[in-house]
Amino acid sequence: MSTTTVAHHDEHTDHPTGIMRWLTTTNHKDIGTMYLTFSLIMFLVGGSMILGIRAELFQPGLQLMNPDFFNQLIGVHALIMIFAALMPAATGFANWMIPLQIGAPDMALPRLNNWGFWLLPPSAILLTLPFTLALFGIGDGALATGWTFYPPLSIQGGIGVDFAIFAVHLLGISSVLGSINIIVTLFNMRAPGMTLMKMPMFAWGWLITAFLLIATIPVLAGAVTMLLTDRHFGTHFFDAAGGGDPIMFQHLFWFFGHPEVYILLLPVWGFIPQILQTFSRKPMYGYKAQVYSLIAIGAMSIIVWAHHFFTAGMPVPALLYFMYSTMAISLPLAVLFFCWIKTMWRGSMSFETPMLFTVGWIILFGIGGLTGLVLADVAADAQYHNSYFVVAHFHYTLFAGGIMGIMAGVYYWLPKMTGHMYNEKLGQLHFWLTAISFNLTFIPQFFLGLAGMPRRIPDYALQFAEFNMISSISAFVLGLSQLIFVYNIISTARGGKKATDQVWEGAEGLEWTLSSPPPYHSFSEQPTVK
Amino acid sequence: MLKQAMKKIGFGLLLLLTAPLALAEFRWNFPEPVTPMALDTLHVHNKFMLIVAVIFVVVLTIMIYSLIKHRKSIGHQAVADKAPSTATEIFWTLIPFVILLVIDFVIMGIPAYHSVIMMEDTRNESDMVVKVTGSQWRWQYEYMGNTDKGSQDGLIDAKGIKFVSNLSTPQDQVNGTVPPADTPNSPYLLDVDNRLVLPVGAKVRILMTSTDVLHNWWVPQFGSSRVAVPGFIRETWVQVDKAGTYRGQCKELCGKGHGYMPVVVDALPKEEYAAWVALKKNEINEQAAGADKEWTKDELMEQGKVVYEKNCAVCHQVSGAGLPPAFPALTGSKITTSPIFDTNGKYLPDSHMDRVLNGVRVMPAWKAILNDTEIAAVITYERNALGNSVGDVVQPAQVKAARQ
Repeated sequence: MSTTTVAHHDEHTDHPTGIMRWLTTTNHKDIGTMYLTFSLIMFLVGGSMILGIRAELFQPGLQLMNPDFFNQLIGVHALIMIFAALMPAATGFANWMIPLQIGAPDMALPRLNNWGFWLLPPSAILLTLPFTLALFGIGDGALATGWTFYPPLSIQGGIGVDFAIFAVHLLGISSVLGSINIIVTLFNMRAPGMTLMKMPMFAWGWLITAFLLIATIPVLAGAVTMLLTDRHFGTHFFDAAGGGDPIMFQHLFWFFGHPEVYILLLPVWGFIPQILQTFSRKPMYGYKAQVYSLIAIGAMSIIVWAHHFFTAGMPVPALLYFMYSTMAISLPLAVLFFCWIKTMWRGSMSFETPMLFTVGWIILFGIGGLTGLVLADVAADAQYHNSYFVVAHFHYTLFAGGIMGIMAGVYYWLPKMTGHMYNEKLGQLHFWLTAISFNLTFIPQFFLGLAGMPRRIPDYALQFAEFNMISSISAFVLGLSQLIFVYNIISTARGGKKATDQVWEGAEGLEWTLSSPPPYHSFSEQPTVK
Repeated sequence: MLKQAMKKIGFGLLLLLTAPLALAEFRWNFPEPVTPMALDTLHVHNKFMLIVAVIFVVVLTIMIYSLIKHRKSIGHQAVADKAPSTATEIFWTLIPFVILLVIDFVIMGIPAYHSVIMMEDTRNESDMVVKVTGSQWRWQYEYMGNTDKGSQDGLIDAKGIKFVSNLSTPQDQVNGTVPPADTPNSPYLLDVDNRLVLPVGAKVRILMTSTDVLHNWWVPQFGSSRVAVPGFIRETWVQVDKAGTYRGQCKELCGKGHGYMPVVVDALPKEEYAAWVALKKNEINEQAAGADKEWTKDELMEQGKVVYEKNCAVCHQVSGAGLPPAFPALTGSKITTSPIFDTNGKYLPDSHMDRVLNGVRVMPAWKAILNDTEIAAVITYERNALGNSVGDVVQPAQVKAARQ
């Protein structure tokens, strides 16, 4: 390309300013920033809801809220954290980093990209609006069924359930649009020479995630639509009196719900090895093995769903099949863990905040994975199921494995995105506070579950008091520590020490060849990959 | 260097071997098992926890070793990995895969298989059958009778006994107006008015269903938990081998009263169980007689207050004010103040009787749960207390007729 073309491109960087810039933008970095900001805001909203819960559970007896409001908070907390905090964060990274990592000027379908993001704020409003409406005497609050919408409880529920169904529809459409965009981008816009097996791991993680989303979101949309027609149009999909079956909803829901776990985790498994190789200063170990493991996990995640409701009753062969297939997921996961640790082995490691989060992530996600292996056992699951043991388990996978991974990514790429270095001391303080208070919040919950405390109860027997108190105090420390994170991000965006193009000594990959922050149209000249 | 690593791994293993001693304290583990299933579950759990703890400690030790030794700050230079190329090297890299394969499908998989078979075998060798019905927010128990084996073993047949089991913690503690407190034999939120009574040593097949939403009947010390699905029968079994009182809770979110429907089971030795059955059967006969006699208004009001506060006050509140909009007030409501019967003595649609017997939407159908006397008493109470004063009286005989 000649220099004149480059100059021509620069003219295109003229874009509207102010609010119109963000409403109409088709730029992948602007949209990525919006996704990440939205995710951060919703993370705080969902977090404050659960702090309300932990305050209520601080000691036995009802002090702060009635049981119905309690049930609303737990369900909306989960929906917000999953759909409005974790998923948009991963999509935000995808928007920002995939074009940079594969040497493309932008995403393949920029207008679709804009639309995908702008569906999110309305759905967040739909989710939380019933709380506000209830204050004015309209309806009886948000959905109080837990995030899983199980009928017949959800058929009994008030308008909050309908609001949540439409919110899930919008969130689902947004995810599918984002996925289509990512698949098209990855298949069509890679730099010359970048074969699929040379693609950065993050791109691989997202490619599989995108396929999983397209495969499973429509099933969720179908299931909640059936719920909607059961509620209002006299169908009986989930009503035994009309020939339906309430458990069928659980099958449909978890056909989406289990892959969803991997939808949340696969993007993280993508960039974790990249962070590891940067701070170990040696190339990641077993690239091919990791790619094949990611594909295997993605494929297997679709065929193990019923382990989420072993206690709902199913034939023995089904129990055995779902038990063994669930255990089998640990095989490729073991390969991944091996590759991650082997990447660090005999490297030259330094422990800046992203690396701290990554190492903490490996350990804590390990606990989540191993307790998951135990949960796969049908007999023991009869005890664990719907007890606090499960609550602790999935917070180890989704808070430690999901959110702490995302935090590692934020610290890793923030200098590239903003052009400034974040405050390293605050970052490390944030890591230690998060890691320690996270464990002190959830380790007591393992013991609560073993002792027999069911989840989703607003009040509990006195024998559970001590563990709940420890858990509640730690949860507040955990919540407040996140303010450091927010402060660090905002102050980095506003200024600070200039970041170099490479940012990290050991960083390799196309995104580090661009300036920090990168130009508006990332690669106006296509790089070549050897 | 390798020696040092081996030492560390050895130390980790030593720690783990002592861990089961600590696990013996039940506060940190499942509560003491009293059924074969719970015992099996505890063994499975301890074994698997030990396995995953070993995996965790070994991997963590290797990782921490690397974190200490391979840091840039102590001048360690990165050593590039070379991909395994020979067959032997590829074999060695497959080790994590193979270890997990053995653990998953041999060490864990085989005992897990046997546990599942045992758990799901509800019928063989069973002595009696009990039907458990979950409703918002109480359990109902019905003794379906002995199996042939149970009768041969000389177990007294409890067929026909049927009762509702409600939370017995005082409402003011539950509402938070009074601080929660345990009393002897009645822990906070874990006690009921009528406990399920089972004979020690008998294998009881439990059939489970629900009248409204999903519930889950769970006693941690029994190791069994099963969802009660409306319109379907699910089953599980318990065989309590040690006399005592065992407590559990509903484990499936079932609405606002989810935290307030405990399960309490008394396991009695065979002779005491026989005495209890005789007592209960006697009560049933008395109740049947009571349904035919004419009750005074005061008698009905007295019993109605008890029935109301046990069953109705959760939603409609002790005062009758309800929790609108979900749970309407009874004080001054159209249903509690308008006539019940037409001129022929038949109850009117949407009348007070209709609502209590058959329910509507969230309101349960009480005809399956309460007996004639209880329904007559509670209707009388609701019409003449809670700020209402209609003045009429409903007799158990009228309820009996209304059921037809």
